[in-house]
Amino acid sequence: MSSPSMLTLSGVGKRYPTGDRALSDIELSLPKGQVLALIGPSGAGKSTLIRCVNRLVEPSEGRIALEGCELTRLSGAKLRQARRAMGMIFQEYALVDRLSVMENVLSGQLGYVGFWRSFLRRYPAPAVAEAFRLLERVGLSHAIDKRADALSGGQRQRVGIARALLQNPRLLLVDEPTASLDPKTSRQIMRLIRELCAERELAAIINIHDVALAQQFADRIVGLRAGRIVFDGKPQALTAEILTTIYGEEEWDTRVADEADETPTTTPASLTLGVAT
Amino acid sequence: MRALQAASSEATFDSARMHLARQGQWRPMPLIRDPRLRWGLALAVALYLVLALGSVGVNWARVAEGASRGLNFIAAFAQPDFLTRQRDILNGLLESLTMTLTSTVLGVLLAIPVGLGAARNIAPLPIYLICRGIIAVSRTFQEIIIAILFVVMFGFGPLAGMLTLAFATIGFMAKLLAEDIEDVSWKQVEAIRATGAGWWQTMNHAIQPQVMPRLIGLSVYRLDINFRESAVIGIVGAGGIGATLNTSISRYEYDTSAAILLIIIAIVLLCEYASSYVRRWTQ
Amino acid sequence: MPVSTSPQGQPVWRLRTRRAEWLRFMAWLVGLCLIVLCWRVISDNTMWVFVEDAGRQGSDLLARMVPPKWGYAERLWQPMWDTLNIATLGTALGIVMAFPVAFLAARNTTPHSLVRSAALGVIVASRSINSLIWAMLLVTILGPGVLAGIIAIALRSIGFVGKLLYEAIEEIHPTPVEAITATGASRLQVMNYGVLPQVLPAFAGISVYRWDINIRESTVLGLVGAGGIGLQLNASINTLAWDQVSVIFIMIFATVLVSEWISARVRHAII
Repeated sequence: MSSPSMLTLSGVGKRYPTGDRALSDIELSLPKGQVLALIGPSGAGKSTLIRCVNRLVEPSEGRIALEGCELTRLSGAKLRQARRAMGMIFQEYALVDRLSVMENVLSGQLGYVGFWRSFLRRYPAPAVAEAFRLLERVGLSHAIDKRADALSGGQRQRVGIARALLQNPRLLLVDEPTASLDPKTSRQIMRLIRELCAERELAAIINIHDVALAQQFADRIVGLRAGRIVFDGKPQALTAEILTTIYGEEEWDTRVADEADETPTTTPASLTLGVAT
Repeated sequence: MRALQAASSEATFDSARMHLARQGQWRPMPLIRDPRLRWGLALAVALYLVLALGSVGVNWARVAEGASRGLNFIAAFAQPDFLTRQRDILNGLLESLTMTLTSTVLGVLLAIPVGLGAARNIAPLPIYLICRGIIAVSRTFQEIIIAILFVVMFGFGPLAGMLTLAFATIGFMAKLLAEDIEDVSWKQVEAIRATGAGWWQTMNHAIQPQVMPRLIGLSVYRLDINFRESAVIGIVGAGGIGATLNTSISRYEYDTSAAILLIIIAIVLLCEYASSYVRRWTQ
Repeated sequence: MPVSTSPQGQPVWRLRTRRAEWLRFMAWLVGLCLIVLCWRVISDNTMWVFVEDAGRQGSDLLARMVPPKWGYAERLWQPMWDTLNIATLGTALGIVMAFPVAFLAARNTTPHSLVRSAALGVIVASRSINSLIWAMLLVTILGPGVLAGIIAIALRSIGFVGKLLYEAIEEIHPTPVEAITATGASRLQVMNYGVLPQVLPAFAGISVYRWDINIRESTVLGLVGAGGIGLQLNASINTLAWDQVSVIFIMIFATVLVSEWISARVRHAII
């Protein structure tokens, strides 16, 4: 990696209170503007990894630094400030159903405005204009007053993306953005994320089940198995052999079948987490 | 035509909001779209508050006088006195507990036929109306009102209290039981009927297994309610810990009152644990 | 095993095993003994002379109640207004106090487990003690009147609303909360955007339900001097004016039916 890295993980590990080991010895550095796809079987620790970055999950060991700022040591207001720089996009969209689309997008500004302003929904005009621009960009400007639960899956994910971008982030953490979408919408959403990253020079870590989508849309692929990095390289370098080390034995010779998420895993049961990745 | 107009005005409204949002002007959609209705409602609420608060009429001199007593009462919780009136407390408690148990058993036993009669899917109309009437009367009046009547009829003491609580239990249990029976899966009933079972056999094999777990859970819950109520009906002479409590409060013996209240809270807590345990066990 | 073999070698089916049957039998026996014992306590404390008289007393009471003295209804409008105010203002005050308590008591929003225990303690204390007892206490502290009634209703409502609300808070979807946290929102903002919209419908339903119950409870608060129609009831009973009592009963019955109808309609509209 030639350009200086913006996000560095060194020696990161996570053990849940139940004793399950989710991550061990993660060494990873991400340069500015790079889109990284994180692949691996269910329970490999993909979700845990990106949640460790913005500290929704506390890493048990190791250090994570974003643009030279040590994230693992922050707390309170400092942590909230750091989180503003990291937009997150979720698998089940994670919109607040009973709020309108505009309110959902504006919630991306919560790290910037005070409590009373957000409580009274009196956001500064530039923020509102930017929110509207983002909604136009994702093609939902006509729906600002609709309730979030009135939208389709693909539309909701677009709102989720707009919310993450309104944070004005430098890094996107994307957790299975397409797992609840049909193949066509999945592609549209991935393309949109890719384009937005290019427009704004964002770095992104994308957890994804679908190996084909990962190869098509990422600059770099990292394979995770049982909490350890087992592959790190260009999408083209991903061979059937490597897929076997990541996912376990399977007929890979058709080369990246479309339904890669049907893959049976050979991960020992003791290592799989109870949570869905 | 009207619908079309409404639709077009809706569209202009939306595009106006979009236009404003583009400029950075945005307010959340009001809950009630029609501004006249919105302000009218707000005004009505404000008017009610003014009128209601105006009619409260507080005697501030009396409140100031009582403030020290209030402090005494709060202080009493730090040093509750279980001993001075130990005998009264124990007798009252025993009476309350016996009233609670017997009234719940009696009430549930009586509530079962009433509940069966109040379920529209198994009872004929005249019986249904009578049973619903019983439920309505029993649920509307507070236990304390029933207690007053029963004390007049049966004299002071726990018998009146027990009958009061049993009567209240009937309304509570029968209503919920009837709703449960109306919700049972009818397929199972038909299956049992298809075997040639009679009415009683149908009840026993098709309805009872479906409603029994909830009936037990509700009975335990009602036990808890009956205990709390038994602390109240003593005020009008229907026996139980309420009489002791009433005496202690009117004598300003707040340390004894605090002790009684703490005992009540402890027993209710115990009941709650027991009922969550029973519910887990019956399911 | 419920299926055993008889001495003749035939399989025999029973619903329960021997042991289970014995246990059931013992449980019934113990229960029955307990009830007989309780009954003894009650009958020892009862003057049976009065009970034998109950039928006559009852019919006597009924005869005095009918016909109701309809003219008395005119003097009940003011107390009825007070009763409604006690219920409504009491509910409002109770809700305002229950709201923060519920957030402190819910496992997923409480700042600390010690705070949670304290909040749960408040809820249990409030739930265990009937509003009439609160009213009795408050009348000795604040003096008789509507204010004591309002506060009594409010204190009792904290526990009810608080309990149901904190259970609703514990059942919310965690992902929107996670998403709002990830934007760098502060604790209060997470509550406001992530939690509050999810529990608002439940909260409105609970409040209206409690209001309906409070109407019922506020009708009797006057018995201990805390204002409302119960004052008239108490006065009528003390002067043995049973024909007035029956008018009050009818008023209460009608009010409760109406409030129950309103509450059911509103809850239906919300859900």
